[in-house]
Amino acid sequence: MTDIFGLLKGNPGEDDYENKGVIVQGITGSYGSLHAGKMLEYGTNIVAGVTPGKGDQTWNESVPIYNTMQEAVDATHAKISIIFVPAKFFLSAAKEALEAGIKLLVAIPEHVPIRDTMETLELANQKGAVVIGPNTPGIMIPELIKIGIMPPMPFKAGKIAVLSKSGTLLYEISDALTNAGFGQSITIGIGGDPINGTRLIDAFDMVKDIPDLEGMVVVGEIGGDSEEMLAQRIIDTGFSKPTVAYIAGRAAPKEKRMGHAGAIVMGNYGSAESKISMFNKANIPVAKRPAEVPVLLAGKMDKSD
Amino acid sequence: MQLLEFQAKELFREYGINLLESISSTNIEDGRKHAKELGYPFVIKIQVPVGGRGKAGGIQKCQNDDEFELKYPQVMDLTIKGEKARAILLEKMADIKKELYLSLFLNRSKRCYTIIASAEGGVEIESVKNQIIKEVGLGHVSDELAKEVAKEMGLEGTTAEQFVDTLKKLSKLTIEKEAELVEINPLAIMQDDTIMALDGKFVTDDNSNFRHPELQKYQEKTEIEEQAEKSGFSLVELDGDIAVVGNGAGLVMSTLDMLSDNGGKPACFLDVGGGATTESVYEALTLISKLDRVKGILVNLYGGIVKTTVVAEAFLKAYEDNLIDLPVFSRLKGTESDKAKEMLQGSRTKIFDSVEDAINAAVMGVKK
Repeated sequence: MTDIFGLLKGNPGEDDYENKGVIVQGITGSYGSLHAGKMLEYGTNIVAGVTPGKGDQTWNESVPIYNTMQEAVDATHAKISIIFVPAKFFLSAAKEALEAGIKLLVAIPEHVPIRDTMETLELANQKGAVVIGPNTPGIMIPELIKIGIMPPMPFKAGKIAVLSKSGTLLYEISDALTNAGFGQSITIGIGGDPINGTRLIDAFDMVKDIPDLEGMVVVGEIGGDSEEMLAQRIIDTGFSKPTVAYIAGRAAPKEKRMGHAGAIVMGNYGSAESKISMFNKANIPVAKRPAEVPVLLAGKMDKSD
Repeated sequence: MQLLEFQAKELFREYGINLLESISSTNIEDGRKHAKELGYPFVIKIQVPVGGRGKAGGIQKCQNDDEFELKYPQVMDLTIKGEKARAILLEKMADIKKELYLSLFLNRSKRCYTIIASAEGGVEIESVKNQIIKEVGLGHVSDELAKEVAKEMGLEGTTAEQFVDTLKKLSKLTIEKEAELVEINPLAIMQDDTIMALDGKFVTDDNSNFRHPELQKYQEKTEIEEQAEKSGFSLVELDGDIAVVGNGAGLVMSTLDMLSDNGGKPACFLDVGGGATTESVYEALTLISKLDRVKGILVNLYGGIVKTTVVAEAFLKAYEDNLIDLPVFSRLKGTESDKAKEMLQGSRTKIFDSVEDAINAAVMGVKK
């Protein structure tokens, strides 16, 4: 499985350890520019921006802009890219990044056609690259690197991994965890789309063997079966670190899309009951409210002591 | 978006999938004309974007004028799973030998198109037995694969040939229109061994709409939903009396859950999104003011990138303009929430520190 920590911060001894370069695709757009600024503030090492036709300029008086991903990668050797382009242009931007050798692609755009996502994932698979998203808030190691649009204040460095389908619930629940003294080792927003580059089980595989991991929180929602697959994987791998889940959408009517493109229940497929019952099988308590998450986690920690 | 049966069948017809003769109408006068053209007996089928129509009485056999006059209005007046009839489809009666199931869909877990077929159709997908499941990848269904499916279903001779043909046409339709799901259930073998699609379901990938202007005519939204889309929100109308507003689909769903747990009934799901501005929140309040059943507004906002003061400003402006006179119960957390609370001091917006308190107050507030 992908060594996500290796990708995000590298390994001790490497000359850019804990300072991995990130390219921002669409850095001159208003959204891209806003968040590039916020990532820089957080300490993310933004080494290049890409906007076709704006090569040879400089963003924010410090970051060189290139016309193509190939030029940006050749110049910086960066392996990470974050995309802020309109959904219509996502497929070409993503292909360009993967062809240029990007190994971790964080796809922020919402409303990407599913077919375009699938084509991107097929190429990523051939190239051995990881795609987070689309429609993701991003991925971060708190207090070290943030590649995404999440606000900084809910997060604090620690030893809990948080995997989430929802952006705001990721913030809300991380905030509750932080206030209860549970910092986070990594948080991964997989996104609310029907098809995610990194599914919950992939995200789980990326984090389950972190040596100092003390627990995991899974924030799911109605739609699809990725929570069920994750619960099964947790059972199969015998993962025993304290884990707590939260599922949003119990009260949502069937056959209605609840905001997120992927949040829809068809029959029993994708229902909260189905997910909750699988988590129960895996001996993972499911919180009824976001505020209950740290309480349940603390309970699990006590038992595992 | 889920197309209605007759709309799905329009697409089936375009792709050469075998269908019975049928005509749709939205009023009984047109229906009468169609009845004459079609000739008895036929089936009257309600057109709603949800399943389970048969059980709810939305599909009725019709033998003569008397039955037509009785049943057409009956079916037209039905509400199924909260959905009113959009139209009525009159369809020739079928002489069925056997019912099959066939669908192609975007498999979320496997990330590719997948065929589900069964020699036992006519029931909802959950109860379809002996499902044959084949992953197709991103391309068209090949001749070999289609033949393999037909064989596994136990089809032979011309029936098998027609099935292969139907599956390939279905695959072409699915890929060209970027459908999330196309289902024929039942796919019937008639007494004369021809194969016919008796019902059709078609779910589009709304994100690919920009590449499919030809599907736009099927878009069906309430006026309020359409306005919401224009303003960049996601809004789902529900039948309760407390409007639920927040930022982020997950947080709004979570708020609906907690509200329902505490005995409240949500009137809508309104996600103002990650890029909320004073103008857009004001627009959201305008939409809510148009929903007659709403007795109170519950706001649950986590200000990350969005400043909570933006929301406070929108409320103050809405009060100033007399846009809303409903009680508002809100929990504002995150960026500049102290300032937002200060701004709303003394206004009709009651501020709570915990979402739980805001919900309880909202439930009590609308009961009064």
